[in-house]
Amino acid sequence: MNEQEMPNDAEVINFIERLEKEARQGGYDLNQNKEFTRGLAKGLLINERRYGYLSCPCRLAVNEREKDLDIICPCYYRDPDLAEYGACYCALYVSRDIARGQKELSPVPERRIPFEKRTKLDLTGADISGSIKLSVPVWRCLVCGYLCGRDTPPELCPICKASKDRFERFL
Amino acid sequence: MNFEHVDGKDKGKITLYALSTCIWCKETKDLLSDLGAKYDYAYVDLLKGNDREVAIEQVKHYNPSCSFPTLIIGDKCIVGYKEKEIKEALKV
Repeated sequence: MNEQEMPNDAEVINFIERLEKEARQGGYDLNQNKEFTRGLAKGLLINERRYGYLSCPCRLAVNEREKDLDIICPCYYRDPDLAEYGACYCALYVSRDIARGQKELSPVPERRIPFEKRTKLDLTGADISGSIKLSVPVWRCLVCGYLCGRDTPPELCPICKASKDRFERFL
Repeated sequence: MNFEHVDGKDKGKITLYALSTCIWCKETKDLLSDLGAKYDYAYVDLLKGNDREVAIEQVKHYNPSCSFPTLIIGDKCIVGYKEKEIKEALKV
Protein backbone atom coordinates (compact mmCIF):
# COMPACT_ATOMS: atom_id res chain seq x y z
CA MET A 1 0.00 0.00 0.00
CA ASN A 2 1.46 3.40 -0.84
CA GLU A 3 1.83 6.11 1.77
CA GLN A 4 -0.71 8.44 0.18
CA GLU A 5 -3.46 5.95 0.84
CA MET A 6 -2.76 5.83 4.56
CA PRO A 7 -4.90 8.22 6.61
CA ASN A 8 -3.24 9.57 9.75
CA ASP A 9 -4.59 9.08 13.27
CA ALA A 10 -6.16 12.56 13.47
CA GLU A 11 -8.11 11.98 10.26
CA VAL A 12 -9.38 8.64 11.52
CA ILE A 13 -10.46 10.14 14.87
CA ASN A 14 -12.27 13.03 13.16
CA PHE A 15 -14.00 10.64 10.81
CA ILE A 16 -15.18 8.43 13.68
CA GLU A 17 -16.58 11.49 15.45
CA ARG A 18 -18.54 12.35 12.31
CA LEU A 19 -19.79 8.78 11.97
CA GLU A 20 -20.83 8.72 15.62
CA LYS A 21 -22.72 11.99 15.32
CA GLU A 22 -24.54 10.89 12.17
CA ALA A 23 -25.33 7.49 13.67
CA ARG A 24 -26.79 9.09 16.80
CA GLN A 25 -28.90 11.50 14.75
CA GLY A 26 -30.27 8.65 12.65
CA GLY A 27 -30.93 6.36 15.63
CA TYR A 28 -28.08 3.97 14.82
CA ASP A 29 -25.27 2.61 17.00
CA LEU A 30 -21.65 2.19 16.01
CA ASN A 31 -19.67 -0.83 17.14
CA GLN A 32 -18.40 0.01 20.63
CA ASN A 33 -15.21 -1.99 20.20
CA LYS A 34 -12.96 1.03 19.65
CA GLU A 35 -10.07 -0.80 18.04
CA PHE A 36 -12.43 -2.56 15.66
CA THR A 37 -14.27 0.63 14.70
CA ARG A 38 -10.96 2.43 14.21
CA GLY A 39 -9.86 -0.32 11.80
CA LEU A 40 -13.08 -0.04 9.82
CA ALA A 41 -12.94 3.76 9.73
CA LYS A 42 -9.37 3.60 8.46
CA GLY A 43 -10.38 1.10 5.77
CA LEU A 44 -13.20 3.40 4.68
CA LEU A 45 -10.85 6.39 4.39
CA ILE A 46 -8.35 4.32 2.40
CA ASN A 47 -11.14 3.34 0.04
CA GLU A 48 -12.30 6.94 -0.28
CA ARG A 49 -8.80 7.89 -1.44
CA ARG A 50 -8.53 4.92 -3.71
CA TYR A 51 -11.94 5.05 -5.37
CA GLY A 52 -13.35 8.49 -4.57
CA TYR A 53 -16.15 7.13 -2.41
CA LEU A 54 -16.51 5.37 0.94
CA SER A 55 -16.71 1.83 -0.32
CA CYS A 56 -17.26 -0.91 2.28
CA PRO A 57 -13.84 -1.98 3.62
CA CYS A 58 -14.97 -5.61 3.78
CA ARG A 59 -16.08 -5.89 0.18
CA LEU A 60 -14.17 -5.84 -3.09
CA ALA A 61 -14.94 -2.64 -5.01
CA VAL A 62 -14.68 -2.60 -8.79
CA ASN A 63 -13.74 1.09 -8.83
CA GLU A 64 -16.79 2.16 -10.87
CA ARG A 65 -19.17 4.23 -8.79
CA GLU A 66 -22.25 2.93 -10.57
CA LYS A 67 -21.35 -0.70 -9.87
CA ASP A 68 -20.28 0.00 -6.28
CA LEU A 69 -23.21 2.30 -5.40
CA ASP A 70 -24.84 -0.34 -3.21
CA ILE A 71 -21.72 -0.88 -1.07
CA ILE A 72 -20.92 2.76 -0.34
CA CYS A 73 -21.16 3.12 3.44
CA PRO A 74 -23.84 3.07 4.77
CA CYS A 75 -24.67 0.33 2.29
CA TYR A 76 -28.07 -0.76 0.99
CA TYR A 77 -27.78 -3.90 3.12
CA ARG A 78 -27.17 -2.25 6.49
CA ASP A 79 -30.80 -2.05 7.61
CA PRO A 80 -31.85 -5.60 6.64
CA ASP A 81 -28.63 -7.00 8.16
CA LEU A 82 -29.16 -5.03 11.38
CA ALA A 83 -32.70 -6.37 11.59
CA GLU A 84 -31.72 -9.96 10.88
CA TYR A 85 -28.24 -10.30 12.42
CA GLY A 86 -27.86 -7.32 14.74
CA ALA A 87 -24.95 -5.93 12.74
CA CYS A 88 -24.17 -4.73 9.25
CA TYR A 89 -21.87 -6.87 7.09
CA CYS A 90 -18.62 -5.28 8.29
CA ALA A 91 -20.08 -4.68 11.80
CA LEU A 92 -19.45 -0.93 11.85
CA TYR A 93 -23.14 -0.56 12.73
CA VAL A 94 -24.63 -2.80 15.38
CA SER A 95 -28.00 -3.22 17.04
CA ARG A 96 -28.62 -1.54 20.39
CA ASP A 97 -28.44 -4.92 22.19
CA ILE A 98 -24.99 -5.56 20.80
CA ALA A 99 -23.84 -1.95 21.39
CA ARG A 100 -24.83 -2.35 25.05
CA GLY A 101 -23.03 -5.66 25.32
CA GLN A 102 -26.26 -7.59 25.96
CA LYS A 103 -25.78 -9.75 22.91
CA GLU A 104 -22.75 -11.26 21.18
CA LEU A 105 -21.67 -10.17 17.72
CA SER A 106 -21.72 -13.03 15.22
CA PRO A 107 -20.57 -13.16 11.57
CA VAL A 108 -23.00 -11.71 9.03
CA PRO A 109 -23.29 -13.63 5.76
CA GLU A 110 -23.07 -11.69 2.49
CA ARG A 111 -26.55 -10.91 1.14
CA ARG A 112 -25.33 -8.86 -1.80
CA ILE A 113 -26.04 -10.43 -5.16
CA PRO A 114 -22.95 -10.29 -7.44
CA PHE A 115 -23.36 -7.51 -10.02
CA GLU A 116 -23.48 -9.84 -13.01
CA LYS A 117 -26.29 -11.88 -11.44
CA ARG A 118 -28.54 -8.95 -10.54
CA THR A 119 -31.74 -8.43 -12.46
CA LYS A 120 -33.58 -5.18 -12.97
CA LEU A 121 -36.04 -6.08 -10.22
CA ASP A 122 -33.26 -6.51 -7.65
CA LEU A 123 -32.09 -3.00 -8.37
CA THR A 124 -35.30 -1.07 -8.73
CA GLY A 125 -38.63 -2.30 -7.23
CA ALA A 126 -41.62 -3.66 -9.09
CA ASP A 127 -42.91 -1.70 -12.06
CA ILE A 128 -46.50 -0.66 -11.51
CA SER A 129 -46.31 2.54 -13.51
CA GLY A 130 -49.29 2.84 -15.79
CA SER A 131 -51.67 1.36 -13.26
CA ILE A 132 -51.83 4.51 -11.11
CA LYS A 133 -51.70 8.21 -11.90
CA LEU A 134 -49.45 10.45 -9.79
CA SER A 135 -48.86 14.19 -10.11
CA VAL A 136 -45.15 13.64 -9.40
CA PRO A 137 -42.97 10.51 -9.18
CA VAL A 138 -42.09 9.00 -5.79
CA TRP A 139 -38.36 8.50 -5.08
CA ARG A 140 -36.98 6.07 -2.52
CA CYS A 141 -33.63 6.34 -0.77
CA LEU A 142 -31.98 2.94 -1.22
CA VAL A 143 -30.04 3.35 2.03
CA CYS A 144 -32.75 4.26 4.52
CA GLY A 145 -36.07 3.95 2.68
CA TYR A 146 -37.01 7.65 2.85
CA LEU A 147 -39.74 8.42 0.32
CA CYS A 148 -40.50 11.74 -1.33
CA GLY A 149 -42.81 12.89 -4.10
CA ARG A 150 -41.11 15.43 -6.38
CA ASP A 151 -39.83 15.74 -9.93
CA THR A 152 -36.28 14.64 -9.09
CA PRO A 153 -34.68 13.07 -6.01
CA PRO A 154 -33.05 15.49 -3.52
CA GLU A 155 -29.29 16.16 -3.80
CA LEU A 156 -28.85 14.49 -0.40
CA CYS A 157 -31.27 12.33 1.53
CA PRO A 158 -32.51 14.54 4.38
CA ILE A 159 -32.55 11.51 6.68
CA CYS A 160 -29.32 9.61 6.01
CA LYS A 161 -27.37 11.96 3.68
CA ALA A 162 -27.16 9.42 0.86
CA SER A 163 -26.39 11.12 -2.47
CA LYS A 164 -28.92 11.68 -5.28
CA ASP A 165 -27.64 8.77 -7.37
CA ARG A 166 -28.60 6.35 -4.56
CA PHE A 167 -32.32 6.96 -5.02
CA GLU A 168 -34.58 4.79 -7.11
CA ARG A 169 -37.86 5.73 -8.71
CA PHE A 170 -40.33 3.93 -6.46
CA LEU A 171 -43.62 4.94 -8.05
CA MET B 1 -0.16 -14.93 -9.40
CA ASN B 2 2.08 -14.64 -6.36
CA PHE B 3 0.96 -15.14 -2.80
CA GLU B 4 2.56 -13.64 0.27
CA HIS B 5 3.95 -16.35 2.45
CA VAL B 6 3.73 -16.52 6.26
CA ASP B 7 6.00 -19.06 7.89
CA GLY B 8 4.92 -21.41 10.63
CA LYS B 9 4.09 -25.02 11.36
CA ASP B 10 2.98 -27.12 8.40
CA LYS B 11 -0.73 -27.84 8.94
CA GLY B 12 -1.44 -28.66 5.30
CA LYS B 13 -2.07 -26.25 2.49
CA ILE B 14 -3.73 -23.05 3.70
CA THR B 15 -4.61 -20.23 1.33
CA LEU B 16 -6.30 -17.01 2.40
CA TYR B 17 -7.93 -14.59 -0.02
CA ALA B 18 -8.31 -11.29 1.81
CA LEU B 19 -8.80 -7.54 1.44
CA SER B 20 -6.19 -5.17 2.87
CA THR B 21 -8.92 -2.90 4.32
CA CYS B 22 -11.08 -5.64 5.84
CA ILE B 23 -11.12 -6.05 9.60
CA TRP B 24 -12.51 -9.62 9.46
CA CYS B 25 -9.70 -10.59 7.09
CA LYS B 26 -7.24 -9.16 9.62
CA GLU B 27 -8.88 -11.19 12.41
CA THR B 28 -8.50 -14.31 10.26
CA LYS B 29 -4.82 -13.58 9.56
CA ASP B 30 -4.17 -12.92 13.24
CA LEU B 31 -5.87 -16.19 14.21
CA LEU B 32 -3.78 -18.20 11.72
CA SER B 33 -0.64 -16.52 13.03
CA ASP B 34 -1.67 -17.10 16.67
CA LEU B 35 -2.18 -20.77 15.84
CA GLY B 36 1.31 -20.80 14.37
CA ALA B 37 0.21 -22.12 11.00
CA LYS B 38 2.12 -21.71 7.76
CA TYR B 39 -0.08 -20.08 5.13
CA ASP B 40 -0.24 -18.11 1.91
CA TYR B 41 -2.38 -15.06 1.43
CA ALA B 42 -3.26 -12.49 -1.20
CA TYR B 43 -4.80 -9.04 -0.78
CA VAL B 44 -7.11 -9.17 -3.76
CA ASP B 45 -7.95 -5.43 -3.60
CA LEU B 46 -4.28 -4.59 -4.14
CA LEU B 47 -3.81 -6.89 -7.15
CA LYS B 48 -3.93 -5.41 -10.62
CA GLY B 49 -4.71 -6.62 -14.13
CA ASN B 50 -4.45 -10.31 -14.83
CA ASP B 51 -3.40 -11.25 -11.28
CA ARG B 52 -6.59 -9.70 -9.94
CA GLU B 53 -8.78 -11.53 -12.45
CA VAL B 54 -7.07 -14.84 -11.71
CA ALA B 55 -7.53 -14.32 -7.95
CA ILE B 56 -11.22 -13.41 -8.34
CA GLU B 57 -11.80 -16.54 -10.45
CA GLN B 58 -10.09 -18.64 -7.79
CA VAL B 59 -12.26 -17.15 -5.03
CA LYS B 60 -15.45 -17.62 -7.07
CA HIS B 61 -14.55 -21.25 -7.67
CA TYR B 62 -14.85 -21.87 -3.91
CA ASN B 63 -17.22 -19.07 -2.98
CA PRO B 64 -19.52 -17.82 -5.78
CA SER B 65 -20.45 -14.67 -3.85
CA CYS B 66 -16.75 -13.65 -3.96
CA SER B 67 -16.77 -12.34 -0.40
CA PHE B 68 -13.82 -12.03 1.95
CA PRO B 69 -12.13 -13.55 3.81
CA THR B 70 -12.25 -16.78 1.81
CA LEU B 71 -10.01 -19.32 3.48
CA ILE B 72 -9.06 -22.63 1.88
CA ILE B 73 -7.74 -25.30 4.26
CA GLY B 74 -6.96 -28.46 2.29
CA ASP B 75 -10.15 -28.95 0.29
CA LYS B 76 -12.36 -27.15 2.79
CA CYS B 77 -13.51 -23.59 2.18
CA ILE B 78 -14.43 -21.28 5.08
CA VAL B 79 -16.12 -17.99 4.19
CA GLY B 80 -16.00 -15.22 6.77
CA TYR B 81 -14.19 -15.11 10.10
CA LYS B 82 -15.44 -18.27 11.77
CA GLU B 83 -13.03 -18.97 14.58
CA LYS B 84 -14.51 -22.32 15.61
CA GLU B 85 -14.62 -23.70 12.09
CA ILE B 86 -11.08 -22.57 11.38
CA LYS B 87 -9.79 -24.23 14.56
CA GLU B 88 -11.68 -27.42 13.74
CA ALA B 89 -10.28 -27.51 10.22
CA LEU B 90 -6.78 -27.08 11.66
CA LYS B 91 -7.53 -29.71 14.32
CA VAL B 92 -6.65 -27.31 17.15
